[in-house]
Amino acid sequence: MRRRTLLYGAMAAPLLAACSGQSDDGEQSGGRTTLSYGVWDVAQVPGLQKVIDAFEKENPGISVRMELTPWSSYWTTLKTSMRGGTAPDVFWMNAVNLQLYAAGGVLEPLSGHIKSDATPVDRHPEALVQIYAYQGTQYGIPKDFDTIGLWYNKALFDKAGIKYPDATWTWDDVRDAAAELTNPRQRVHGMAAEMDRQGQLYPAIFGAGGYVLRDGKSGFGDERSIEGLRYWTDMIDRGWSPPQSAMVESKGRNRYWSEKTAMYYDLSAMAGQMYAVPALKDHGGVAVLPGGRERATVIHGLANVISAKSRKKEAAWKFVHFMAGREAAEIQAAAGATLSSYEGTQDAWFKSMPEFELKHFVDMLEYAVPYPSSKNTAVWENLQYPLLGAAFSGKGGIESAARTLGEQMDRALKEERA
Amino acid sequence: MSVFPSTAAAKAAGRRKPAAGAPAPGSRDQRAAYLFVAPLGIGFAVFYFWPLLQTFFYSFTEFGAFGGNTWIGTDNYVRVLKDVTVWQALGNTLIYCVIGLLALPIAIGVAALLNRRGLRGVAVYRALYFVPFVTLPVAVGLVWNWLYNGDYGLINEVFEWFGADRRYWVSDPSTAVYAIGTVMVWSTTGYYLVIFMAGIKGIPRDYYEAAELDGAGPLRRFFTITLPLLSPTIFFASVICMINSLQTFDLIYIMMAEKNPAIGDTQSVVSLFYKWAFVENAQGPAAALAFLLMLIIAALTLVQFRLQKRWVHYA
Repeated sequence: MRRRTLLYGAMAAPLLAACSGQSDDGEQSGGRTTLSYGVWDVAQVPGLQKVIDAFEKENPGISVRMELTPWSSYWTTLKTSMRGGTAPDVFWMNAVNLQLYAAGGVLEPLSGHIKSDATPVDRHPEALVQIYAYQGTQYGIPKDFDTIGLWYNKALFDKAGIKYPDATWTWDDVRDAAAELTNPRQRVHGMAAEMDRQGQLYPAIFGAGGYVLRDGKSGFGDERSIEGLRYWTDMIDRGWSPPQSAMVESKGRNRYWSEKTAMYYDLSAMAGQMYAVPALKDHGGVAVLPGGRERATVIHGLANVISAKSRKKEAAWKFVHFMAGREAAEIQAAAGATLSSYEGTQDAWFKSMPEFELKHFVDMLEYAVPYPSSKNTAVWENLQYPLLGAAFSGKGGIESAARTLGEQMDRALKEERA
Repeated sequence: MSVFPSTAAAKAAGRRKPAAGAPAPGSRDQRAAYLFVAPLGIGFAVFYFWPLLQTFFYSFTEFGAFGGNTWIGTDNYVRVLKDVTVWQALGNTLIYCVIGLLALPIAIGVAALLNRRGLRGVAVYRALYFVPFVTLPVAVGLVWNWLYNGDYGLINEVFEWFGADRRYWVSDPSTAVYAIGTVMVWSTTGYYLVIFMAGIKGIPRDYYEAAELDGAGPLRRFFTITLPLLSPTIFFASVICMINSLQTFDLIYIMMAEKNPAIGDTQSVVSLFYKWAFVENAQGPAAALAFLLMLIIAALTLVQFRLQKRWVHYA
C-alpha cells in the first residue's frame, strides 16, 4: 500500500513540475512580465529582495525572481543554460568572465540604452566601469565594489609598542613593523604573505609600478612586477610570514582572524564577518595600502548584465537601469552585505562598523587599478599559483618563476587572440 | 562505479563454455533475457556509449563556449601531446595507479585473516572495513586533510612523538602525491576486501583440511591454496582497481586547494580534464585528453587480459 502511493507520487512529480514550469514560462500572464535574475551570493539575497521590491513598486508590470546558484557551480550552470537557451534574463558578471561572454555574443550591448536613458554610469568608479566594457561597448553596470586594504591588529601592535599604520606608511615601514611583530615563540607572524592574486600579488605588483596585463602582453616578466612579488617572498624568506605551504591549510585570513598575524591585506567585503567576531571588533583596524614606488590597490566589483538571448530585454533593461541608480545603491548599502559602487552611498556602511574606519577603502579609489582581465582570463590565472608556489614556499627564486610565468601567460594570450 | 569493470567482469566470467541449457536463439526465453538486459543496455547506450561518440567528435573541433563547433582536425591532439602538464599529469596518474593497487594485497591479507574458522564478529569487521568505501569522498578528503594538517594535525602529533619533524603533508610537493594515494588505498580496501572474502568462501574447505592433514602450516596453506584459487577474483579486482585509480579525481579535487604549491605534482589526468573543460573553456582539447585516457585504459586492460593467462587459474 505504502509502496504504491510512493510510486504514484513519483509518477506525479514530473507532471507537477511540468505544470508549474508552464506557468513560469507564460511571461505575459496577467499582463506581468517576470524577469529571472541570476545571482550567487546568498548573503546578498535579503538586501537585493528589498531593491527588487522597490523596483516592482515603481514598475507594476514587471516582477523579478532571483535564481540563486552557488558560486561553485554558477559559471558552469550559466554556460550550459546559455547553450540550452534557459539562461536568466539578467545576471551577475565578474571581471574574469566579462570579455569571454561579450566576445561570445551572449551579452546585450548596453551603450545605446545608457545614452538614451542617461543612466548614471559616471557616478560609479571609472576603473570599475572600465572592467565591463569590451572593444568600446559597455556590457555591464557595476552594482558593488571591493578594494584591498591593510588590516591590522591593534592589540598585537600595542604589545610590540608600534604605532598603527596610517596613510604615510611605505613598504619599509611594513617591513620594520613585520620584523618587530613576529614572535616565533607565540607563533605570531607580522604579516601573512599569502599567494593570492587579488589580495596580495596584484596590489604589490601595481604598488611597485609593475603591471599584470598591458596591450595584450603579460607583465610578470617585468622588473618592477618582480620587485612587487619579491616584497612578499622576501617576507616569507625572512620568517615574517608563514610560507604558502603552511597557508594552504590555515589560510592567511584565518590566521589574521585568530590573531596569529598582525597585518593582512584583505578585501573590504570581509569587514562584516570580522565585525561579528568580538575580539576582532575590538582589535581590528584598517589603513590604506602602504606605498611602494607608487600608491595602488586593486578594485573589483560585480556588474549586472543582460542576456542577449532574453526575450524580455525591455523589462530587463529597466531593471538594470534601476539597479544602477542611487536609490537601489542606498537600499543595498543599508543592507550591509556589500559596498555599493554608486558615489556617496557608502556612509551607511561606514557607520555600521565605526571602529574599523572603513572609509579608507573609499579613500583608495583615486588610485585603484582595475582587476586585470582578458578574453580567457581563467587560462592565464590558472598558470600563476602552480608556477609561483615554490617561490612562495621558500623554495626557488621568484625572479625565474615570474619570468617563466610571463612567457607562458604570453603564449596563452596569443592563443586567445587566434 | 564505471561501466567498464562490469563488462570486464562479465568477460572474465564468460570464459566458461555456454551451459548446455542455454536458450535457443530467437526463442521466447531468449527474448525475455534481452528484455531483462535492456534497462542496463539502454542506460549504457544513452549515458556511456553516446557521450563517448560525442566526445570523440568534439575532440576534433574547437568548442565554442556558448555553442558552435568548428572542425579543426587533429589540432587538439597535437596540443595535448605537446603539453608538458599532460605528461606530468599522466606520470602522477600512473603513481596513483601503482599506489592504488597496494589496496589489493592488503585486502587479500585481511580477507584471509577474517576467514579463519572460529573468528567472532566477522560481520562487524567487514562493515568497519567497508565504511570508508561508502563514505562520501568529500567527507573523506576533508577529514584526512585535518589529519594531515601541518599545524595541528593528528598525524604530525604522532610523528612528533617519535621525534620526527612536522610536515605539511599535502602541500609539500615531495609527499603530497603519496598522502593522497594513502587515502585512496584507505578508502578502497574495504571494497576489495568484500570481494576477496566472497572469493575465499568459494574455495572448498576440503582442500584446507587435506593440506592440514599433510602438515601444511597457515602460511603454506595461504600461498598454495588460497592465492592460486583466488586468482580469478584477484584478476577481476586488479582490472577494476587499475581503471578506478586511472580515473582518480574526487579526492584530489577535495584535498588539493587551488593555491597548493604541490598542485602540479598531484594533478591527475582527469583533474586536468576537469580544469580544461570546466574552468578554462578548452572543451576541444579536454575531449581529446579524455579520449586519450580511454585509449590508455583500454590498452592497459588489454595487457592485463593478455598477462592473466600466465597467472590466473580457473579451477
